Amino acid sequence: MIKHILKRLALLIPTLFGVITLVFLMIALAPGDPARVMLGERANAEQIAQLRAELGLDKPLIQQYGLYLSRVVRLDLGKSIATGQQIAREIADRFPATIELAWYAMIFATIVGMLLGVTSAIRRNTWVDYTTMGGALVGVSMPVFWLGLVLIMVFSVWLNLLPTGGRMNIRYYFTPITNFYVIDGILLWIKEGTPKYLWSAIQHLILPTIALGTIPLAIIARTTRSSMLEVLQQDYIKTARSAGIREKRVIYRYALKNALLPVITVIGLQFGLLLSGAILTETVFSWPGIGRWIYISIGARDYPAVQGGIIFISTFFVLINLAVDILYSVVNPKIRLQ
Amino acid sequence: MKKAILILCVLLLVVPAALFAAGGKEAVASGGDSKMGGVLVFGRSGDSVSLDPGRETDGESFYASTAVFDTLVEFVPGETAVQPALAKSWDVSANGLEYVFHLREGVKFHDGTPFNAEAVVFSFERQFKQDHPYYNLGPWKYWGYMDMDNIVKEVVAVDDLTVKFILKKVEAPFIANLAMDFASIVSPTAVAKLGEEFKNNPVGTGAFKFVSWTKDSDIVFDRNADYWGGPVYLDRLILKVIPDATSRWLALQKGEVDLIDFPSSEDIPAMRATKGIQLIQQAGLNVGYLALNTQKKPFDNKLVRQAMNYAIDQKEIVEGAYGEAGQVAKNPLPPNMWSYNDDIKDYGYDPAKAKELLAKAGYASGFKMELWAMPVARPYNPDARKVAEIMQAQLAKVGIQAEIVSYEWGTYLDKTDQGEHQAAMLGWTGDNGDPDNFLWVLLSEPAAIPPAGNIAFWKNREFTDLLAKAKATADQAQRDTLYRQAQVIFHEEAPWVPIAHSVVTVPAKDTVKDFVLYPTGKRVFKHVWLEK
Repeated sequence: MIKHILKRLALLIPTLFGVITLVFLMIALAPGDPARVMLGERANAEQIAQLRAELGLDKPLIQQYGLYLSRVVRLDLGKSIATGQQIAREIADRFPATIELAWYAMIFATIVGMLLGVTSAIRRNTWVDYTTMGGALVGVSMPVFWLGLVLIMVFSVWLNLLPTGGRMNIRYYFTPITNFYVIDGILLWIKEGTPKYLWSAIQHLILPTIALGTIPLAIIARTTRSSMLEVLQQDYIKTARSAGIREKRVIYRYALKNALLPVITVIGLQFGLLLSGAILTETVFSWPGIGRWIYISIGARDYPAVQGGIIFISTFFVLINLAVDILYSVVNPKIRLQ
Repeated sequence: MKKAILILCVLLLVVPAALFAAGGKEAVASGGDSKMGGVLVFGRSGDSVSLDPGRETDGESFYASTAVFDTLVEFVPGETAVQPALAKSWDVSANGLEYVFHLREGVKFHDGTPFNAEAVVFSFERQFKQDHPYYNLGPWKYWGYMDMDNIVKEVVAVDDLTVKFILKKVEAPFIANLAMDFASIVSPTAVAKLGEEFKNNPVGTGAFKFVSWTKDSDIVFDRNADYWGGPVYLDRLILKVIPDATSRWLALQKGEVDLIDFPSSEDIPAMRATKGIQLIQQAGLNVGYLALNTQKKPFDNKLVRQAMNYAIDQKEIVEGAYGEAGQVAKNPLPPNMWSYNDDIKDYGYDPAKAKELLAKAGYASGFKMELWAMPVARPYNPDARKVAEIMQAQLAKVGIQAEIVSYEWGTYLDKTDQGEHQAAMLGWTGDNGDPDNFLWVLLSEPAAIPPAGNIAFWKNREFTDLLAKAKATADQAQRDTLYRQAQVIFHEEAPWVPIAHSVVTVPAKDTVKDFVLYPTGKRVFKHVWLEK
């Protein structure tokens, strides 16, 4: 088991090295002179030269790469050109927002997705199955941007039930503690005795959670269904049934546990994708997260910020996959023994 | 699995509860008919980069810093002319090289530091004296953009309430530069205390005191009850970031924000039809144009350039590519800038006249040309590619075959400022509201040296002389006349086909009163009040 984990950890190094190199090349080989593009119409030759020197663009590519690598290895992501702030700090300011949203979206997608998947599998080829799977197909193909706007239109503007965006009622003048607003809401409830912050945080989470969670939900539902169907046809299930074990017990105790394996992989992958895929949801719902920050940095040609952001997200993605792998071997002894 | 079901149950309980809780309306403070009081939320498209205006170059940063800081002189609301602010008055020496400012008495920074000549000297010296203890908090980008190093020699405190600027050269637009955000006066004590953190915790003399900043989300300000230019009506001002234009509009409809920035132009007709919503509009301080390279055939011929002006129908272009967000241009200056010469009659759309001129110039059967279009959307031209296509069709009608050419943005700028093009679209957004900031940088002879700002490479002695004379004259009425004359020459010589100026629209609730858009792009809330 430990050997297995160590092996996975060792594999991380070349993966991350590859990511770092790719990110560097992506920027270095992008068309046009970054300094020129950043300065726009009003640049003079002197300013361009100065910025090139600042960015180290006047050095040969290989030397730039060396310098870059040595900084990243020391965990120094550098400073953002736009703000002059440490990139690590920029990320730390925004990551909790993204994680919070992705986390609830994932819980939503997992619970509802698995329930729908199991139900469809049990009621295979009935109208329940057709409706669920039809819905799932619509779900995966729905553009997040559009879905988000429709949700706002219906639930915020027409029905006046939920806020249109943001993380907290801005008229509460609330100062974050942990920057995870649901947790902050609970803490403030204890401290100040009012649940209003918690309610506001939850209200603000509902629509973005649905918008962000819909695609993974649909994917999880479909995976659960097909995996369940496969397991349900196996001999030991037939045996269990013929032994007279209650159907519910057969399904939830014996079938689901084994059907879960591929589902865990999908959940892990989807969670990683959510972090980077949150850009659109964050934009529609004015959610001050990291996806949108990277997107804005791309627009502002803030290359160190883009590089730092992508490296951070990729590392996180790789780590989640590692966690899934480990979880997998816990659930499935076969892998542990290999 | 049991756990999962339990969690689901909890969620199912929590969600409807939250739904109901959201329905509750906030209590509105009951008030009489006074202008005083209220919280105003401005929904804008992006966050500030930092809150120290000396460091930044983007409008979003200035939206916030304008609330906190004042400048020595300021723009007249809704205009490009300047009026006294922290300086009560100023004198210009006869040779135009010394500006003496008499400062307002009894003004205090939000941290209690008295505002005086020393604070003014500090605010400027930190931007250009390399041995200044806070010079390293830069880069002081706008100081560079406005070429201040070549204008300002020294800033001297004559006495506690008098400051003298000694210039290196006679430069009349200098006074307009001082109304720009980068020239904001900062609290020296706060800079000394906070150092690098000053840019996240600004302290000025402005109408609003900084309270808090949640990155990418909101910035909160409180009324400065002691404001020298008071009274300030709003209790609180909140700048809230809502990046998506449609989301901003939805938030305004729901009433979560009081006014919004940059609506998408497709939504504007619907906004106009919505009850309780007003549209506040102002032409942007910019111009989009097609520069005809006067150093290359056939545009070395004035008749051909004039023919181009007759052959291109700007009205169709604005309707097709700008929609509600543009207005037709006839001059290089935007119409809301002082010295804009409205007496000039535009060429108009007249293909017959264009053909006639072409024939006179020896191109009776037309010619082939390259038409360069930017690859990116700019404030002065939202879709250059589309504009080019409309032009192409219009030019075809007079026998000119235009081939549309485009490059990656950085390359495009490089190639155009070296003069590789025959005819290229570009544009300019003004900074300080001074005509010199358009005409000199875009059309003067010195600006035609690569890397050129004058990408028509139009070298007209008479025109440049008028501009140089205006630069050296402190008297605004005289300058006004000179710039009007210059525009007449421009019109006759036709180095460009002016295309359009953008139109800025801010949709707001009807209850928002006295909000004025500034041509320079500022968003100023110090005189705004809410109808209750």
